[in-house]
Amino acid sequence: MAEATHDIEIRNLYKIFGPNAAKHVESVRNGMTKEELKAQHNHVLGLDDINLTIPAGKIQVVMGLSGSGKSTLIRHINRLIDPTAGELLFDGQDIAKMSETELREFRRQRTGMVFQKFALFPHWTVLENTTYGLNVRGVSRREAEERARRWISRVGLDGFEESYPNQLSGGMQQRVGLARALTNDAEILLMDEAFSALDPLIRTDMQSVLLDLQSELKKTIVFITHDLDEALRLGERIAILRDGKIIQQGTGEQIVLRPKDDYIASFVRDVRRGHVISVRTIMRKGARAETPVTLPATTLLEEAARAMTNAEVLRANIQGLDGQHLGMVTLSKCVAEMIAPDDSEDVDPEAQVA
Amino acid sequence: MRDLRIGIDEAFRNFTRAYGETLEQLFHPIQLLLNFIEGMLIDSSWVIVLVALAGLVWLLSRNLKIVAGTIVALLLIGYFGMWEDTMRTIAMVSVCTLIAVVIGIPVGILMARSDRANATITPLLDMMQTMPSFVYLIPVVMIFGLGKVPGVIAVVIYAVPPIIRLTNLGIRQVPADVLEAAEAFGSSGRQKLMDVQLPLALPTIMAGVNQTIMMSLAMVVVASMIGVRGLGQPVLQAINNQYFTLGVMNGLAIVAIAIIFDRATQAYGKRLQKHLEAVHG
Repeated sequence: MAEATHDIEIRNLYKIFGPNAAKHVESVRNGMTKEELKAQHNHVLGLDDINLTIPAGKIQVVMGLSGSGKSTLIRHINRLIDPTAGELLFDGQDIAKMSETELREFRRQRTGMVFQKFALFPHWTVLENTTYGLNVRGVSRREAEERARRWISRVGLDGFEESYPNQLSGGMQQRVGLARALTNDAEILLMDEAFSALDPLIRTDMQSVLLDLQSELKKTIVFITHDLDEALRLGERIAILRDGKIIQQGTGEQIVLRPKDDYIASFVRDVRRGHVISVRTIMRKGARAETPVTLPATTLLEEAARAMTNAEVLRANIQGLDGQHLGMVTLSKCVAEMIAPDDSEDVDPEAQVA
Repeated sequence: MRDLRIGIDEAFRNFTRAYGETLEQLFHPIQLLLNFIEGMLIDSSWVIVLVALAGLVWLLSRNLKIVAGTIVALLLIGYFGMWEDTMRTIAMVSVCTLIAVVIGIPVGILMARSDRANATITPLLDMMQTMPSFVYLIPVVMIFGLGKVPGVIAVVIYAVPPIIRLTNLGIRQVPADVLEAAEAFGSSGRQKLMDVQLPLALPTIMAGVNQTIMMSLAMVVVASMIGVRGLGQPVLQAINNQYFTLGVMNGLAIVAIAIIFDRATQAYGKRLQKHLEAVHG
């Protein structure tokens, strides 16, 4: 099993769409905006100075609305799209500078990809779809099928090996997509809005499948989504993209607690904060309370509030992983933090219209 | 203007004199192939041929109704004394279709891969399809004289465009996301073509083969004017002498073969798409 050992480092990455892209990088570096580029030169700025380190063995979520450049970004990692300028470093190599053969080898050995619209091969059965990556590599048919069967079973599709994709529901098709990518046994897994086309229940289900697999596989997963809940659930690191620029990156908690600007704030406003924020970030450090309840630092606010309510106390002590005392929280502080912080949303919408 | 015409005609005549022999040698294998198939169909006992054709139709269509229709049609053709001419026509159409496929699919692939090739070849195809066939029969006959080979060439020129067009179309219609997936898994250009593009284009290509067969059948009568024997010849004779019944009977035989070819290839094309049939409810 290929366990991830190398970070992916994206440095000063630019992508401009248009016939003379390279010519305009300099002006974009000097501050030309997307709108100006479009108006003056009729070129589209796809990615604008992206710097991102994707940690090995972690799930990195890239979030943004449509047109933000997130699908463009993920396609640079296996160079389905060529960058206009910048570096993509992985294992001592610059993906952007790979020759055609090197790139093909890199795609075959080091990456797997799952697509928004599944992109399964409609003329092949589930088994044939799943062995594709290995076939391309020239792995013997018997070995490929054996490995594929294992992954088909892991994603819960036992008994569907001989079905054709369009005999399956959307959720099952995406399981095939996942199995196809995993059978490659590569350390990088690229997931381009992989669950966006699924209905909510199945989406949650697939997220669980992924988290479950990841706890064991420890691959470097780049996950693209436009859904903040999904980003917060899956992402150990989250980068938020807008108009081709990364406007904030960090853990889910950091982004919910300290949104960098109004755009992100408007995103995180509707998040179930009690589900994201842990007591560690709101505790009174060093303080100690007389209470029978002691919680680990990573407890989420909702769970903490429930624990305190159940025990009918108003305070809880917090301890670290190794058991040492860190601080305390009160029930009222927990509840206050669960409710979104006061801001303009309280303004009567009628008044704004007028 | 007149000088120009005379000049071109003269130059072409010289060209024919100089290279006609070589060209004829070059196309000789076609003649051999045609003679071989024709000989096989005519010299074998009609029972064997009938069984073989019915078996072939079964392999393509897996449909008993079509097979039964084939047998009845062939028996009737035999009963009315058109067996030999029909076999000649079948041999001719088979060879023409084979050549058209061998030429058409690679050209179609080329057009699908290169927009420039597409832009250059498309008008050529338009010309081949609309130019009255008698016009290009002139140089063909000048080079090869009368006979089967010029017939084959004339028919192929007329019948090859649909398979080129539909191969091109079929490959271009392969969904971009499926192609991207193949690329993301590190497929080479050849792997993409063989694993994804051609298989997914195959039903469309089969429609092209079907069209090509139909068009070569349609050319049979015209080809008979330059000495191709078969069902076309009696029709031509019937036109010249106003033999109504002779014309109708041979015409109907052509129709019968056309329907057999058409149903068999279409059923085959449909079977190729079996993965699209069972849709998840």
